[in-house]
Amino acid sequence: MSATTERPKPAAATRLKIVDCDIHPVPRKPEDLLQYLPERWREHHRVYGSHFRAPFREASPWPRAAPAIARRDAWPPDGSPAGSVLPFMREQHLDLHDIEFGILQVLAMATGSQRNLEYGAALATALNQWQLDYWCTPEPRLKGSIVIASEHVEAAVAEIEKWAGHPAFAQVFMTPRLSEPMGRRRFWPIYEAAERHGLPIGVHGGGYGGHSVTGGGWPRYYVEEHPSTAQSAQALISSLVFEGVVERYPGSRFIIVESGFAWVPSMTWRMDKHWQRLKSEVPHIKRPPSEQVRRHFWFTTQPVDEPENIADMSEIFDWIGWDRILYSSDYPHWDFDDPRSAFPFRMTPEQRSMLFRDNAISLFGLS
Amino acid sequence: MNGPAFSADLVSNASEPVGNRIDCDVHVVLPDINLLLPYLEPYWRDYVVVRGVRNLDLTAYPDTTPLAARDDWRNISGRGGANLELTRKHVFEDLGGGTAILNCVWGAQALHHPHLAAALCGAVNDWLAEEWLDKDTRLKASIVVPWQHAAHSVAEIEKRSADKRFVQVLLPGLLEQPLGFEHYWPIYEAAQRHGLPIGVHAGTAYRHAPTSLGYPSHYLEDYIAMAWGMQNQLMSLVCDGIFAKFPDLKVVMIESGWTWLPSFLWRANKIWRAMRMEVPWVNRAPAEIVRENVRFTLQPIDAPPSQQQLDRTIEQIGSDRVLLYSSDYPHHHFDANDVLPGGLSPKFLQRLLSENALETYPRLQGGRA
Repeated sequence: MSATTERPKPAAATRLKIVDCDIHPVPRKPEDLLQYLPERWREHHRVYGSHFRAPFREASPWPRAAPAIARRDAWPPDGSPAGSVLPFMREQHLDLHDIEFGILQVLAMATGSQRNLEYGAALATALNQWQLDYWCTPEPRLKGSIVIASEHVEAAVAEIEKWAGHPAFAQVFMTPRLSEPMGRRRFWPIYEAAERHGLPIGVHGGGYGGHSVTGGGWPRYYVEEHPSTAQSAQALISSLVFEGVVERYPGSRFIIVESGFAWVPSMTWRMDKHWQRLKSEVPHIKRPPSEQVRRHFWFTTQPVDEPENIADMSEIFDWIGWDRILYSSDYPHWDFDDPRSAFPFRMTPEQRSMLFRDNAISLFGLS
Repeated sequence: MNGPAFSADLVSNASEPVGNRIDCDVHVVLPDINLLLPYLEPYWRDYVVVRGVRNLDLTAYPDTTPLAARDDWRNISGRGGANLELTRKHVFEDLGGGTAILNCVWGAQALHHPHLAAALCGAVNDWLAEEWLDKDTRLKASIVVPWQHAAHSVAEIEKRSADKRFVQVLLPGLLEQPLGFEHYWPIYEAAQRHGLPIGVHAGTAYRHAPTSLGYPSHYLEDYIAMAWGMQNQLMSLVCDGIFAKFPDLKVVMIESGWTWLPSFLWRANKIWRAMRMEVPWVNRAPAEIVRENVRFTLQPIDAPPSQQQLDRTIEQIGSDRVLLYSSDYPHHHFDANDVLPGGLSPKFLQRLLSENALETYPRLQGGRA
């Protein structure tokens, strides 16, 4: 792929190693994943397949920007799906961009949104073994996410217990659009297990929970639905804070993935303001919401929010806290953020290290 | 608290003639549905009485919470915004208002029955005219419309249009379909034709969960979530090209915050640049459209912890024309008379307190008390 490899690289001495907190792997062919399913679920997969709270089994209700949401140059030469061939991913992304570690975010099969809970749980187990065998073992720079069937809390906890402590897995993976807000009591065992094992929970925008994507109904266009991950992420944070999840599990760490970050300051101002007035409704909340957000939440950058005056991006990072920002590329998706051009403003070397590497190294305990 | 300074000191902050303020969000609470009976046709009067239609107070606005009314603003029965004399004293004398736009956010706009909704909305407007507007020329009102049925809404707008004391059309924030949908276009057409902005007020008819994640446990969460719902609605209005179809239409987002506006506009601009092929009728950047056609009321101010952040947020909004002064009376967002944020230039204050509202509400021009 000459279009990408011809780009000039900085001199080796000045090169900064990068941790990319959002890489999407997909199975190259169905059998790669199906081999890990018990016969009962292989047959179910063949006959019934995915059953979502959504109109299509294998497509988003909103046609995306590009086939498979992918960069047009990310399809491997042999025609395999974008994000499915490790050597090509190495060449096009991991090596080219000096990726020291990459965190895999597994959207394949939308496990957390499967209405058949047992099928979802079987898929989660299969996807975790598949990550290990196809990605993390052959390429130790790639760290897996423990995929769970979020609605099947018992199975989700068992899956976390199974993989916790395995050096190939860096976090638990969830999508926020579920049947209920994530802070509600039925999901607490997941957070208890994650906290007990010191695992952060990466919450990647998306999912089919059955609720309309806005409080005022279903939007029509991808151009509306795509940025609505920001509103979902704010509802998610609000739920985890006001249900008392992060106070109850003081070691919990949540990473808001691919949902933006520029809205974080104004969200915390609003939460603080109205909590002050209505705190008698939530007497279990002891600390100001802004303080809880500052302590328990991290934010990946892609798709990077672009202020009209681009220098303001730096100030937004100041307001959120530079130690809470994690670089992510979203490779191989269409709105990929190139680490060399996504942040066109002056940073100190220390800020650069935090954003591109150090925050993630410390959050995930990578070495 | 080291928060931004708030000040009600008009004279030293601005060369504002006292009493010129236009308060764009003052709430009127209907104390009792029986007050509407005289305004209903016999069929609907019977319907209300025989069927026992009583308490249509909204889930979105329980009037007993600490937010619903400041203690010192409640009447003898514990309600805020239900008494003309108190409203006049608090809004005009204490807060320095010269004109107030009354918003009656009430259950008629959450009913499923479209004809009952239409009858009750009409009665509310009659009641507002007789019990409030007739008694003080400084009071103006929003037309409460049965959005459930567009033709009924248009008829209500037509009926009130000759009464220039009605200055706006009122919609709750979250309804059945997003606000860009064709269902609402006849309402927008009639509003534009009569020089009436569309006021979109925080609140939901609960046709959907208030967030994309479902139903939160607490009222506090629902209230906070209104800002996100309004952001989605703004995106719907922009992406369905409402301001290209109705270029003279103004939309006023009421009681749902505005410190979120910069980050919203950045994200809207970015996705529009990338995906505008999907909505070719949107031929200008969303931020440009919003600055021209959309306005936001002041209170509640979801203010940052420092004055510097507030100053920067206002700079990033990028226009001194989008904010409209409001007290959100009788809701409890500030104490004493500290309704204004500190640090605003005299020119900005003048725009905020009256000029922006005069530009937004053509019916306030010339006919002000």
